[in-house]
Amino acid sequence: MQILKSIWGWFDDLTGVSSWLIPLAKHPVPHARRSAWFYVLGSATLFVFILQVVTGIALASGYVASAGEAYHTLAFISSTRFGSIVRGIHAFGASAMVILIGIHAIRVYLFGAYKYPRQIGWLTGVALLFLTLGMAFTGQLLRWDQTGFWTVVIAAYQAGRTPLVGSWLGHFILAGDTAGGATLSRFFALHVFFIPAFIFFFIGFHLYLVVQNGISEPPKAGRPVEPKTYRKWYEDLLHRDGIPFWPDAAWRDMVFGFLVIAVIVGLAITIGPPALGKPPDPTIIQASPRPDWYFLWYYALLTLIPRWSESYVIILGPLLLIVVLILLPFVAYKGERSPFKRPWAFAVVAFIVFMIAYFGMLGHVAPWSPRMNAPPLPASVVGVASGPIADGAIVFHDKGCEFCHAISGYGGIRGPDLTYAGDRITPEQMETRIYSGAANMPSYNGNITRQQLSDLLAFLSSRRRGPAAALPVSSSSQ
Amino acid sequence: MNPDLIETGTAEAAPCDGSRRRFLSRLTMGLGAIAGALVAVPCVGFLLGLRKVPSAWRTVGKIEEFQIGGTVKVSFRDPSPLPWAGVTARTAAWLRRNSQTEFVAFAVDCTHLGCPVRWLAAANLFMCPCHGGVYYANGTVAAGPPPRPLPRYPVRIQGDQVQILTSPVPITT
Ligand code: FES
Repeated sequence: MQILKSIWGWFDDLTGVSSWLIPLAKHPVPHARRSAWFYVLGSATLFVFILQVVTGIALASGYVASAGEAYHTLAFISSTRFGSIVRGIHAFGASAMVILIGIHAIRVYLFGAYKYPRQIGWLTGVALLFLTLGMAFTGQLLRWDQTGFWTVVIAAYQAGRTPLVGSWLGHFILAGDTAGGATLSRFFALHVFFIPAFIFFFIGFHLYLVVQNGISEPPKAGRPVEPKTYRKWYEDLLHRDGIPFWPDAAWRDMVFGFLVIAVIVGLAITIGPPALGKPPDPTIIQASPRPDWYFLWYYALLTLIPRWSESYVIILGPLLLIVVLILLPFVAYKGERSPFKRPWAFAVVAFIVFMIAYFGMLGHVAPWSPRMNAPPLPASVVGVASGPIADGAIVFHDKGCEFCHAISGYGGIRGPDLTYAGDRITPEQMETRIYSGAANMPSYNGNITRQQLSDLLAFLSSRRRGPAAALPVSSSSQ
Repeated sequence: MNPDLIETGTAEAAPCDGSRRRFLSRLTMGLGAIAGALVAVPCVGFLLGLRKVPSAWRTVGKIEEFQIGGTVKVSFRDPSPLPWAGVTARTAAWLRRNSQTEFVAFAVDCTHLGCPVRWLAAANLFMCPCHGGVYYANGTVAAGPPPRPLPRYPVRIQGDQVQILTSPVPITT
């Protein structure tokens, strides 16, 4: 013990570490009292980032960033016991980081902590938010299974909507004319070197600003920020009522951070990493690419907006969000911080959370995606084993109707449910619709024989409520 | 650093030192900028240099393998794939035989956002699993969000072989 002490004394004498570390650790912070637990979100995000760096390095030591090999190396990593856990931690860690940085941003917004003098702190936070989303996006892609591959292609097509430079931008994402050998290596470099370098830089700057400007005090209604007097007032507050960061505030960061990490590791062990999909072979057409949950809401949103606005929203939507987030601390740099004096702040947050949850859920169900693997309707649903109705049920499947229209719970939900079609529309109306099509339904004119049509109409007309549906005597038309 | 030393330095400076210092600080920053550019130009140049692949005719099968009126998936390799491209060097296309001599090849990429479309033989339609875009057998849009018909690859017949001309991924603004 004595030896260690003297070694430390020698080291400290030569480096002066404790002369800046101890004041830094003990610097006074506002006594947050009942709000104290709101202040642990930023540090938890940082802890998870470190977790991502550590697990990322572990994964990188088993990963080969080659379009032809990456998939196999990932399968290899997942096949080892600890490799699978590390992958799980990295995947759940990614989710945790997106969630935590999101809640942290919401907390800062609600507390008005972006106001004077902490505007630049907010801006560095915005940069970190988008960098984190960039990590989430590139990370999902490095899985380089079928979904990873098509995600690049879809991203390239989305970028392709940019006016003038779209086509170039799309091919820039692919790193060439086609998605192939050059594509993955770039995303690997982005995910492992480029974006993390910026994250390190901005975290450093962010933390420096936290120390430089001080941690914001909990807001109080009726105590607006006045830039002219704020710094002086804040100094006095610390003097009067401050507590040393270490250990009075730091222990909460550690407790919460520990819980977060324990949950992540626990999930990684019990649930494991996301399953690898099919190999990234572009000739396997059986693919239904979906983004991971962080982008599911955006994907759903893009699907649901009117079609004419698509190109604008794809490009302008994210730009607008960035502009709003950047302008916020310049427009609202003073005045009330308390959310109770800024009730619209609650409305904004509620709106954002609702959007993400609602559209995320929709994106999960994806009602707009045809269910192309829907099996032919079973006899129990059709009601008869032979005859026009049974033949019509086969036509209903083979012509792809079932992929978009559900009957008794089988099939897609893109178009209207036809379980009781016979109650709602006449065979004549059905025939017109089948021949003419609609915005989201192809016309079958010339694509269906008389016989098939009459069977199909017999089948659809037999879809009725009540006992008639179970045992139709004969087709009601034709 | 002892501030006194700097102070002394300033105090002792001859009047001409003001311009000398200005020159030295400009020199320092200028050299830094030039060094940065020397490194940045080749790096950025490398990143911006997208791989152009020359088009090439790829055989996808013998004529008699394809039924008249039928549409089947064919696949071919990129003209000059990078050695480590693995399966990603492959490309799929939908090949339709219209008549004795007439073939049409469609890209599998949906013109909406690029998902791979599937051919439903019994329905005579292409359908996209992503947002339900539908195309007729000739590639024109039948329903859903796709803004344009399916892109086509040039096809030719060489002896008894059907060949497709490879092309870049058809991203259009
Ligand atoms: S990508 Fe095909 S319909 Fe959207």
